[in-house]
Amino acid sequence: MSNAKEVTDASFGTDVLASSKPVIVDFWAEWCGPCRKLGPILDEISVEYSEKVDVVKVNVDDNPAIAAQYGITSIPAVYLFQDGEVKGTVIGARPKQFFEKEFADVLS
Amino acid sequence: MWPAIQAGASTKEEVHRSVSNAENTASEVRDVIIVGSGPAGYTAAVYTARANLKPLLLAGSVTAGGELMNTTDVENYPGFPDGIMGPDLMENFEKQAARFGTEIQFEDVTELELDGDIKTVTIGSGETFRARSIILSTGSAYRELGLPNEKRLSGHGVSWCATCDGFFFKGQDIAVIGGGDSAMEEALFLTKFANSVTVVHRRDALRASKIMADRALAHEKISFVWNTGVEDVLGQDKVTGLKLKNLVDGTETELAVTGVFVAIGNDPRTDLVKGKLDLTPEGTIAVEGRTSQTSIKGVFAAGDVIDPTYRQAITASGSGCVAALDVEHYLADFHA
Repeated sequence: MSNAKEVTDASFGTDVLASSKPVIVDFWAEWCGPCRKLGPILDEISVEYSEKVDVVKVNVDDNPAIAAQYGITSIPAVYLFQDGEVKGTVIGARPKQFFEKEFADVLS
Repeated sequence: MWPAIQAGASTKEEVHRSVSNAENTASEVRDVIIVGSGPAGYTAAVYTARANLKPLLLAGSVTAGGELMNTTDVENYPGFPDGIMGPDLMENFEKQAARFGTEIQFEDVTELELDGDIKTVTIGSGETFRARSIILSTGSAYRELGLPNEKRLSGHGVSWCATCDGFFFKGQDIAVIGGGDSAMEEALFLTKFANSVTVVHRRDALRASKIMADRALAHEKISFVWNTGVEDVLGQDKVTGLKLKNLVDGTETELAVTGVFVAIGNDPRTDLVKGKLDLTPEGTIAVEGRTSQTSIKGVFAAGDVIDPTYRQAITASGSGCVAALDVEHYLADFHA
């Protein structure tokens, strides 16, 4: 099960930057093998920590503007936003425990 | 479109089942646990499963499928005359292992206790599994240049995966570091997106197989800088170039690129067994002759983690088969 919702170039401002809750953004694409591995892990986080954080996905194929704005050149790239600002980044597919440690400020 | 996720989802039931039976799991002693899920691990799983040893394969959470998950066309794995995509090949491996009853868990091993007749394996959640034998097929990890700015600019122009990141470099000038098959594959793949690809190589000739080298050398978008090492990666927020040094005459130059793909080889993943198993001078796990027997009884190793030389999907696969057969013989003696 996943609570992760698709966010677009158009909805990024509302869904991520203006969100009252911290948001984990998963920049991904269908052709990216490691992104496929990471998807289920972020889905788990979205369910387990649903009260603390929102998890959303940005398909970089369909939404190049946001990826370009944050200078993303590798995916999967996972960014943590709080109050409209980047609070943390994880590049590459990592185990769940890695995110729990890296984003401990909002997840613990 | 998302086979890996479906596979992951179906195994979630397995995970929950084993968690709910946590006490049984802790006391149960299995015949064999396989760590790692590249061609070596899955082949070992197929063979041990068909030998009715009910293997548990700990596949890794994000490394599952191994190196081939980051490749595109695999043209030299026999049995696929038209080639096969790396991730599709690994999905086939997984299905074949599951078909004969391999229990696959997408978990990361954090600790191994290898001494004694019963070995213990700990995963990320703290859960432990016990077995009479272990097959280690943890593969290898890509090598870094070892430059401070390489790490800092990772994800902002520095990359190790052309198939993942080539897309971001449409119409740009990029560099590939390395001279082996992986470097040529990366360079050729990147020509689909890039304006130009410059291959920077420390030697004056390619290590790559002739077919890959010829393709790259003939490609109009690919040029080569020979006998040259990378001194630094330049750029503030993202890569703007490379500082290069000619290794013959010592001259330093700059190459203006916005992307750098590093393909300078791999190192065996031995962190879990350092100080426990004997390693070779090359850093791979030491095994006896052509067998998979490591320096500890009941512990076997296969694939890239024991192979500093060949490192192909097919050799890893063959090596996984060797380990499975060694385990069968070992357990026959064990039970005798």
